[in-house]
Formats: sequence, C-alpha cells, structure tokens
Amino acid sequence: MEVKTAKFKETPAATKVTVSGAEAVIKCLLEEGTDTIYGYPGGAIMPVYDELYKYRDTLHHVLTRHEQGATHAAQGYARVTGKVGVAIATSGPGATNLITGIADAQLDSTPMVVITGQVGSHLLGSDAFQEIDIVGISTPITKWNYQITKASEIPEIFAKAFYIARSGRPGPVLIDITKDAQFASMEFSYKKCSGIRSYIPYPEVDPEAVQLAAEAMNNAKKPLIVFGQGVILGSAEELFRQVVERSGIPAAWTILGLSALPTAHELNVGMVGMHGNYGPNILTNECDVLIAIGMRFDDRVTGNLEKYAKQATIIHFEIDPAEINKNVQVQIPVLGDVKESLELLLNYLKPNEHPQWHQEFKKYYDQEYEKVIKNDLNANVGELKMAEVIDEINTCFKGDAIIVSDVGQHQMVTCRYAKFNSTRSNVTSGGLGTMGFALPAALGAKMGSPEREVVAIIGDGGYQMTIQELGTIFQTRAAVKIVILNNGFLGMVRQWQQMFFEKRYASTELVNPDFVTIAKGYHIKTNQVTERAQLKDAIKEMYDAQEPYFLEVKVEKEENVFPMIPTGAAVSEIRLE
Amino acid sequence: MENKNFTVSVYTENNIGLLSRIAAIFLKRHINIESITASRSEVNEVMRFIIVVNISEEKVRKIVGQIEKQIEVIKAFYHTDEELIYQETALYKIRSADFVEDLNIQDFIKETNARIVTVTPKFFVIEKTGKRQETENLYEKLKPYGLMQFVRSGTIAVSKNEMQISEILEKFNTTSVS
Repeated sequence: MEVKTAKFKETPAATKVTVSGAEAVIKCLLEEGTDTIYGYPGGAIMPVYDELYKYRDTLHHVLTRHEQGATHAAQGYARVTGKVGVAIATSGPGATNLITGIADAQLDSTPMVVITGQVGSHLLGSDAFQEIDIVGISTPITKWNYQITKASEIPEIFAKAFYIARSGRPGPVLIDITKDAQFASMEFSYKKCSGIRSYIPYPEVDPEAVQLAAEAMNNAKKPLIVFGQGVILGSAEELFRQVVERSGIPAAWTILGLSALPTAHELNVGMVGMHGNYGPNILTNECDVLIAIGMRFDDRVTGNLEKYAKQATIIHFEIDPAEINKNVQVQIPVLGDVKESLELLLNYLKPNEHPQWHQEFKKYYDQEYEKVIKNDLNANVGELKMAEVIDEINTCFKGDAIIVSDVGQHQMVTCRYAKFNSTRSNVTSGGLGTMGFALPAALGAKMGSPEREVVAIIGDGGYQMTIQELGTIFQTRAAVKIVILNNGFLGMVRQWQQMFFEKRYASTELVNPDFVTIAKGYHIKTNQVTERAQLKDAIKEMYDAQEPYFLEVKVEKEENVFPMIPTGAAVSEIRLE
Repeated sequence: MENKNFTVSVYTENNIGLLSRIAAIFLKRHINIESITASRSEVNEVMRFIIVVNISEEKVRKIVGQIEKQIEVIKAFYHTDEELIYQETALYKIRSADFVEDLNIQDFIKETNARIVTVTPKFFVIEKTGKRQETENLYEKLKPYGLMQFVRSGTIAVSKNEMQISEILEKFNTTSVS
C-alpha cells in the first residue's frame, strides 16, 4: 500500500519475511522497543496470544485480572518510563472494559497503544458474538484510532500509532484488528513513522514570543510560575530548574506537575488548586506575571475563572494550540515544545531573587502551618491522620520512592505531603479522577522502574474497585508496597456532604471486609496499624520488605482535607477550615 | 458574546470515521449542527467538510482548535457569512393536478429563478439554489399547493480568502524527516 500522507524511516527490519498478521503485531511491538504489555486474552485476540506464547522470551505479557487493570498498569509503566504503555484485550466486553483507562490516559496525556481483537471482517455489523463498535466508542477518548481489516496494513498502522501516541502532546491510540487480519499471512517489513502530513506535533517556537515572555518575566515584581506535567512529558525538568533558579521566581505545581521539581527545592512553593497550598492559591490573584508552563488551567486549578489572576499578565508555554486561550485568556502564548522554548528563554532571562515576594509565600505558609499542617502532622492524640502516614513514609523512603495514589482525600493528602527528589515519581489520576487507578498503576510503575521503590497509597473505597489486581501482583511478584488508608468512608464525598449537604451521608459509609485476610489470601505479606504507636515500625517493615507488601492503616473516620477552594469560589477565597 | 452563523470548513484526509470524530467534538460541547456536507475538495484526495453552526465566536474558535487537533485533519477554518460565497439547494415535489391549473405558478418560478427538473402526469419536481431565505420563500409560496416532499441540502461555501491547503501539503513533502 503506497502512502503519501505519512513518512516512514527505514529500519533493520525492512527486509521482508512472510508472517501471519498476529505475528506481525508482535514484531511491530518489538520494533517499537516494547518489552512489557498488559492484557487479557479472549476469542477475537487469540491468534495474537498464540504468537505471544511463541515470543514469551522476548515480550513479557502480564495477565491482569480485568482489562481496566491492564490499561492502568500500562499507564503506570508509561508514566514512570516515558515510554509508550501497551494494553491488549479481546473484542466486546474485553474492549469496553478498557474504556476507563483509555479516557484516563487521554485526559492525563499518557502515551499508550491499546490493541483490541475484533470479530472477523465478514461479520462486522452483524451483531456477532462479542462484536462491539470499539472504534466508535473510543473515538472521543483517543488521540487516534483505527480498525485493521487486512494484515498488510499492520506495520504502517502500528508505526503511525506509536508515533502519534508518543509525539507532541502524548495520548492513547487504539488499534482494533479483525480476527481474519490476524490469521492472514503477509509480507512483513517495518519502517518507523516519522511524520504525518495532517499532524503537527511540535509547533514551531516563535523566538519573538519567547523574548516577550522573558521581558515580562525580567520586569515582573511579583511573578509566579505554575508548572504542570508538560515539563515532565517534554523531558525539560533540568532546563526548567535552571529557569526557576535563574529567575528566582517562586514555582507552584499542578497535581501532575508534582515531582518535576524536587519538593525540597527552595523555590518550590507547593501545589495550586482546590486542595493546594494557601500561599500559591492566594498569590495567584496578587502576582503581576503568571507563567504557566505545560499546564492547561483545569477547573480544579483555577476555581472561578471570572476571578482567576485577572490582575496578571499571563504567559502560557504550551505544546497544544487548542489549549491556548481555552479556559484563560493569555497575553503571551508561547507555542511549541517546552524543551525548545525554555532553552531559548534561558538566553534572555536575567538573574533575580525576589526576596520580598518570597516572604509573602513564607507568610502564608506559616498561616497554613499553624492552622492545618501542624495539626495534620503532629496530632499526637486521637485517631491517626492520613498526613502522619505520608510523613512517616517520607522519613523512611527519604523522597526516593515512586508514589502512586488513587483518587480522593488520601490523594490530596499524599500530593500535599509526599516528598519527591526526582521526576516521574508521582503517579496519580489527575484529569479523570479514576478511583481504582492506583493498584494496577503501581504494578505497571514497578515493572517500568524495578530498581525503585513503588508505594501505592489507596483509600478503602478505590481499593475495592480494582482489588482483583492483587492477583496480578501475587502472580508476578512485583514488589509493590500497598498502603490502604482506611477510614470506612468514601471520604471526599463525605467531606462534601458534611460541608455542603448538611451531613446527609448518602451512601458514603462503607462496611468493609477484612483487608488483611484478603491480601493474605493472595499470599502477600501483610501488616495492620490501628494505633499511632505501631506506625513507625510498620512503615519500616514495609520499607525493608523485598516482596509485595500490604499495610492497612486505620485512620480518622471523619477527617477533612484543608485548605479547600469551595466550588465556584476564587482561588484567593481558599479556606483553611 | 452573541450567537451568529459560522461556517466551519475542515480539510481532511479521506478516512473512515473522521465524520464521527468531528461530530463528537460538537456533541461533547452540546452544540447543534445546523447543516453539514462533505465532498472532495480542490486538492487531490483531500476531503472538505462544511459545517454550519449558530454559536458565539469564542465557541467556534475553540471548536476549530479541537477539530484541527484531530490527527487526520489538515486544516480547519471558520468564517462569517460575509466572508463567504455560499449556497443551498432545495427540491420541491408538487402534485401535478394542483399545479397545472394555477397560472401564477409559472410566474413565480420564473421570478425566483427556480428550475423545473422533472414533469410527470402525477408530480413536478422544482429545484431552487440560493440563500436560505430564497429557498424558504419558495417553500412558503408552494406550500398552499400541497408539497408532497421538500428537502434542502446543507450549505456549501467557498471562502473569499485563500485556504492554502496545497501549500501546507507541499511543505510536508519538502521538509526533511526529523
């Protein structure tokens, strides 16, 4: 098939061999450098699984216990390695079970290639057994998708899929392959995709825009940087640190920007957004220049848009043109790859320190410390607080662990208190807020970074959404450390019910099983903390474990997470209690 | 910002599923599509969608950004009516018996530059191409005679400005692979 719409590079595999479509799929994955894939077999994908058996020494397939787990594991793997995560499932229910993970990857810009089997092409549209229009279903939540009905299409489509998933603003791509295309034989040769004519992944950086940005930053009296995951996705952490240090500008992060700059860095002023830190939220509405880098002004970050940084000149470093002026009108957009634009920016930035302006952050931090942080960390009496657990993990793991959090109160507490020394260490579901994300994502993270400690911090609600992945952890022996912060509630919803629905706790109290026994059933080493005095030793024991480890911590039942920006309020209307 | 008519022109590769991908962008934002047409464009193997919506300019700008973000979309534009030459075509099927006895009909068909496409003993088919108001006027005039069927195409439009699609594609062909 001659293609004019895309370009391909020659590779050593360019010489032709005759293989089945199914084997071609495996060869494509190997050509793209894939070493691990996550999935679940079934009728319409069996030819590929048969080839996976033959290639089991070169391509590691991890059998999850549910297809959703496969997508989250692939996400965890992608988030810590920067490589494209791969998930695979059969047609019909196998395919629909992938949807939550694909949507999560789309919202959090995670590079992922998802492969689904499909009924034979002669059956398409006949409502055959396990036939579902997965291309139609996944269209709004994929960066690109495609249905392969002929084996000969496989190499080019896979090359395009990997190129699209990883380039520009990354995202998930779905490839649906009919069963007959998997069986059919074809002449295999592989060329990597290097360009698609209708797709501009890296818009050209305009040097004048960078100069304008530098000028505004140099002249600012009260500048504030807000950085997001774009810094990590663009591998620009080192340049970003230089920009921050040269300019002396306080830098705050969005939830997915966390770990792009060490948390202990003196210019790191904490998290923005709904449960972020007091100072950066309040001062967003006092700064004179707001420099947004690789972030997208999500509503959880901005609060009420009508009252968001109206006084500031806003600079937006962004790779995706559709994000410019989407939620917030910016005065200086700098389109392009963040690495390129920050490198240019460094040429123009003047050294500065802004000592007085930093004092403002210090002042608000002290207020937050007095009202919130001190009580969170040093409760001493009463039930354990979630932050105490995170703090003990910091003490033991020293900021070197990859921390995977689920969604809810514990996630906010984890992101507020966890220490990180290096990038790609914070893995959490930001945009979609997918409960059940953490357990499978931690498995993928551990496989992507086996040399690092991986700690999953999960609430008792979200844990039970993908608890079956304990089976995958047991089977693979991936040494994930699992911490359940058990308060017997869907805590974040309960907090809202308390604050905004007059304590009508509709369906938020959980009657939980014995989590320790369940983990034991999977032959995972377990421990339980019910009192403060046990915490230190338990975390130490978890740290020392060389195998998968499960720790349940009973925490305060009705703890509330503060600070908080109530819905509809301005960031500067953030509440400490 | 007030709502008005915008015509969105989308140049794309000729691929299965793109229509649904583009339609999904409107659906997600709860925006009704007034009309949509797709056909080949002036560039070989490149399709052109013409979508008419009645929304604010801010919304249409964001929509065009989201459409352009789709991998197989080459370029998308939006225009106001003033920036375009645009037409619609309508077909009117009328019972012959109601029709032949009224001499006024011939007059206003001439007046409106409508064209009789088919005449049979049972029915006439009249075709009218023009602006929405013109096809609408003829509709009102023919209604009393008992319209058997009426159908109107989506808007088709060409812009007064250059679209430069060939230049974009040429640039891709001549830039070296990174």
